[in-house]
Amino acid sequence: MAATPLLDIKGLSVEFRTRNGVVRAIENVNLELAKGEVLGIVGESGSGKSVTAFTVIGLLDGAGAPVAGSAKYDGIGVTDADETTMRDLRGREIAMIFQNPRAALNPIRPVGRQIEDVLLRHGLATHETARSRAIEMLKKVKIVEPELRYGSYPFELSGGMCQRVMIAIALACNPRLLIADEPTTGLDVTTQKATMDLVRDLTQDRKMAVVLITHDLGMAATYCNRIVVMEKGNVVETAPVATLFTAPQHPYTKKLIAASPGPNSTLDDLTLKSPSSSSPTVRLAASAKSPKSDKTGSRNILEVFNLVREFPVQQAVNGHWTWFNSSHDKKVFRAVDDISFNLKRGESLGLVGESGCGKSTTSSIITRLMDPTSGDVIFDGKNITALPARNFSRRPERSQIQMVFQDATDSLNPRHSAYDSISEPLKRLLGYRDERLIEKKVEVLAERVGLPQALLRRFPHQLSGGQKARVGIARAIAVDPKLLILDEPTSALDVSVQAVVLQLLDRLKHELGMSYIFVSHDLNVVRLMCERVVVMNRGKIVEQGNVNDVLRNPADPYTKALIAAIPNFEAKTSNPAPPLSMPTQSDLV
Amino acid sequence: MTRISDAMQKKIKHFRYIMVQNPVTIFAFSLFGLIVFLAVFGPWITPYDPLATNATNTLKPPNWDHLFGTDHLGRDVFSRVIAATRLDLGIAVSAVALSFFIGSALGCSAGFWGGWTDRIVGRFSDTIMAFPLFVLAMGIVAAMGNTVANIIYATAIINLPFYARVARAETSIRRNAGYVFSARLCGSSDIRILATQVFPNILPPMMVQISLNMGWAILNAAGLSFIGLGVRPPDAEWGIMVAEGANYIISGEWWLAIFPGAALMLAVFCFNLLGDGLRDLVDPLRRT
Amino acid sequence: MHSSKLIQVGRRLAQALPSVFGVIVISFILTRALPGDPAVYFAGDMADKESIEQVRQALGLDRSWIEQFLIYMSNLANGDWGVSLSTGRPVTEELLARLPASLELTLIGLTLAVAIAVPLGVLAATRPDSWVDHICRLLVTAGVSLPTFFTGLFLVYIFYYLLGWAPSPLGRLDILYLSPPQVTGLYTVDSLIAGDRETFVASLAQLILPATTLALFALAPIARMTRASMLGALSSDFIRTARANGLSGRVILSTYAFRNAALPVLTTLGMVFSFLLGANVLVEKVFSWPGIGSFAIEALVASDYAAVQGFVLAMALLFVCVNLTIDVILTITDPRVALDD
Repeated sequence: MAATPLLDIKGLSVEFRTRNGVVRAIENVNLELAKGEVLGIVGESGSGKSVTAFTVIGLLDGAGAPVAGSAKYDGIGVTDADETTMRDLRGREIAMIFQNPRAALNPIRPVGRQIEDVLLRHGLATHETARSRAIEMLKKVKIVEPELRYGSYPFELSGGMCQRVMIAIALACNPRLLIADEPTTGLDVTTQKATMDLVRDLTQDRKMAVVLITHDLGMAATYCNRIVVMEKGNVVETAPVATLFTAPQHPYTKKLIAASPGPNSTLDDLTLKSPSSSSPTVRLAASAKSPKSDKTGSRNILEVFNLVREFPVQQAVNGHWTWFNSSHDKKVFRAVDDISFNLKRGESLGLVGESGCGKSTTSSIITRLMDPTSGDVIFDGKNITALPARNFSRRPERSQIQMVFQDATDSLNPRHSAYDSISEPLKRLLGYRDERLIEKKVEVLAERVGLPQALLRRFPHQLSGGQKARVGIARAIAVDPKLLILDEPTSALDVSVQAVVLQLLDRLKHELGMSYIFVSHDLNVVRLMCERVVVMNRGKIVEQGNVNDVLRNPADPYTKALIAAIPNFEAKTSNPAPPLSMPTQSDLV
Repeated sequence: MTRISDAMQKKIKHFRYIMVQNPVTIFAFSLFGLIVFLAVFGPWITPYDPLATNATNTLKPPNWDHLFGTDHLGRDVFSRVIAATRLDLGIAVSAVALSFFIGSALGCSAGFWGGWTDRIVGRFSDTIMAFPLFVLAMGIVAAMGNTVANIIYATAIINLPFYARVARAETSIRRNAGYVFSARLCGSSDIRILATQVFPNILPPMMVQISLNMGWAILNAAGLSFIGLGVRPPDAEWGIMVAEGANYIISGEWWLAIFPGAALMLAVFCFNLLGDGLRDLVDPLRRT
Repeated sequence: MHSSKLIQVGRRLAQALPSVFGVIVISFILTRALPGDPAVYFAGDMADKESIEQVRQALGLDRSWIEQFLIYMSNLANGDWGVSLSTGRPVTEELLARLPASLELTLIGLTLAVAIAVPLGVLAATRPDSWVDHICRLLVTAGVSLPTFFTGLFLVYIFYYLLGWAPSPLGRLDILYLSPPQVTGLYTVDSLIAGDRETFVASLAQLILPATTLALFALAPIARMTRASMLGALSSDFIRTARANGLSGRVILSTYAFRNAALPVLTTLGMVFSFLLGANVLVEKVFSWPGIGSFAIEALVASDYAAVQGFVLAMALLFVCVNLTIDVILTITDPRVALDD
């Protein structure tokens, strides 16, 4: 009745030998994949989803080994097969694509040759036919001018194109199973959609089975038939897509679904309020200070006028090399191209765009870490760009504009404890000298951001991602700033941690009466946190306005494309008809 | 106060952990201890006066009276080898200290501020590196005069580019780190940021560089004295002892050259092992 | 692609010019800093008071620093590097006469080192924690600790005195043999050209110990770099992709890993060459090898400063050339070099 599944994993456990002893990466994993089916493996960091995939293709790191259970590909056991068998399977039957596509390609070999290598290895082409077959594959992955691109090197291609090349290499020998390990991480939202659509089209054509590993629930919902949810090395739930999102069983699944912002969720929805929820309780500040009046009146706290920022670009003049670089014919790159917007007191403004749009440059200029080429920034009535950035640190305004950084690991000095990092602005900007006073203030701040006191003496490498984010926030609010710039503060965090941090940020804004500029590429998050939004593309503002208006009725084509590219699951689950890729019983026989 | 002892405790625990993993590092540390001890107390513990000659007792092979034998002037080789520790180590430490301080100051400035500072330091460093370094040292000592002080200066000069380069590379990696921006947001001046935020983070790789460099500095100094520069007879120094012994090795009197040479080798070997061990100790990736 | 590569190469050549300039400046400073009257040692031993005065005028020692420097540069360009005090011959002549001896030694030593170190490094990287790996690591740590002059003497003691296998360390050729007719100046090559088997074997025999000493010295950094570079390449993402696509071990190792790993090794060779030029001096002293190094030592002892300065300058220029060659090779072979500019 039931045909042999293409991939059959039973009770698989994998252990790693580490300096701290033996670690169980995955425990008792059961998984089945039918021919032509698309299975999503979803989980946060440390869930073991990648380890499972690497075990199937036999590429576990030397320190790891399967210790229990079995994994069978088409009846062949892959956990105990010898290297020759595995090498024959890889590329020919089982293929894999990875994240960070540019790093995953040989940097000094033309991409066309890399496709050829695989074709020649598995005997699907001869030396004479290899080149044309490779160009054919490039065409199939929709790379324009494939004959030309055959000789390109990875550094000459964009991230999206590199991923297409990797797909071409993986599918060149027509495997029956494709494993995609977070293939869109690091790519722009619009490129993500294009890449995943390509994968779907190509694999559907060839009736390929796909295992899609991702942390993005929306993506899993859009492209998969069934989903396996993993947490800390265990499979907690397996279900078809429709069932999983309409009737999740396991509490972790529920938590994950709640934490993933969709087009209709609110900030409160992000965390489950049931008593069994494991998210730390967020205590209201017991401070006697009256909440600052957040009159979001007509008074603007920030006004940006015609901001421009140019960067010089080195160029050879017509291929001639000159001894001294002449100033004429020097090109410039406009990272920020004449933008203007306002921010009201107590308001949250979202600054949205893909990489290279100029949002980070804009936020650097507003925080006065960088000087604009021209244009003005008026903060609370004073022109802060009149002074060069160098001298801004001595102005009183310095303590009123602060920033929360994206990568908490990078923004905390590895040699300073959490206490040191939080107390630094108190000492430098407010001139605190009394050690006891500083200690008290830091403790109050830690409590405010929900950081346990015991962690204050720890160093960054001893803190989790969420804890580091809290330290960064505590440091930013230490001097009671009026304006807080948040540069993608949660994009490096797991979804469930992000949920908690976003709620914290919202609460702090109301308690302390701050105004936010929230820089992000994630429109869903911006919708939750902000009242108004500014959409940027290539240094220009393409659209701005009330966030709900912009998201429901985008005017600009770029905004429309951005919104269309966001994968979400609410739209899918409301649509009961299964997509074409869903296998029917007849396919499985 | 608890803060300090907490951090200290962790350091000690980590130190012990690395030691246990690496018996070789323990060996290197003990050897290092021995060398420092000899350098400090050497002159007091030698059985004979390193400079005392004895015409009746020349070229005697190792025996119980003279563990390393006697040289062509009847001096006790063992005492001379021990006494030489102080001189060789002294030269190396002075040279390395000099080039570390100047080199890292230059490199940090170049890495942090870039622009013209970077270009000038780069040019300066490149010009020195354009010479085969030992040859340059020869030239410098020839130009400045044949003294021990000039050996130190010459060795310091040829080592400068290494420190400048490492300091520059490590600083420029970190100058755009989030915590540097954060310190700017706190209103810290550039100098303060460089000193309190950046420098403590580049110190570990610099320390590894120092240790590896010490070995090279000793070899350099010995090489220069081997060809007759710097140290003059009758001073006891490993390089010059090998040079004096070279003539006798062909006729079979090996102990004049082999013992100081072996001591030289052991000292350099010790510093190289130490450098590798230090790298393990301070590399944050290896921490628990 | 081709024309831009030529531009890159042109740029690299031009970038070497400031280095050459810097070398000449330092050399100039050295000559003026040397003790004694520069005019005296530039005039030579035979000179009398009048010709010394003439030389002083010619060098412009009574004029400003800039003018002196310009005169110095033009002298260098014309081949006038002064006259050796001890031999009375022009420094350039001396250097050129003795260069082939040093080159022969250095080249054979380097070739030996590369032939052993690179395969060793590759093997150590592909078999981590095996006995090969441990030997490699031991060799590397010991190798960088060995004083060149000591190794040389030690080898002489073992292989000449104790075992009697090697010939006496007294130069390039035993007294019994005549040097072959000069074509390149390299005895091994010249004797082969002349068809003289015996001289070839004899000159090779004399080369073994000194070349081995040099090779041991160069072995360590090359092996260390090869091993580290291979390890880095083998653990990178693109090797994982290659494995995931089932490419054979041989293809992965040679086409994917080694070609990527070779580039930093090539850069290291430049640095190694610099150390070798210094080590050359020491080895030539130990083995009485009549090359540039021993010339320099004799000159130092005799306070023959024109010769010392000529030696330093010659070595520096040689080194700049070698670095330039390596740079150009890298520019041509590495497609990513275009990025840096």
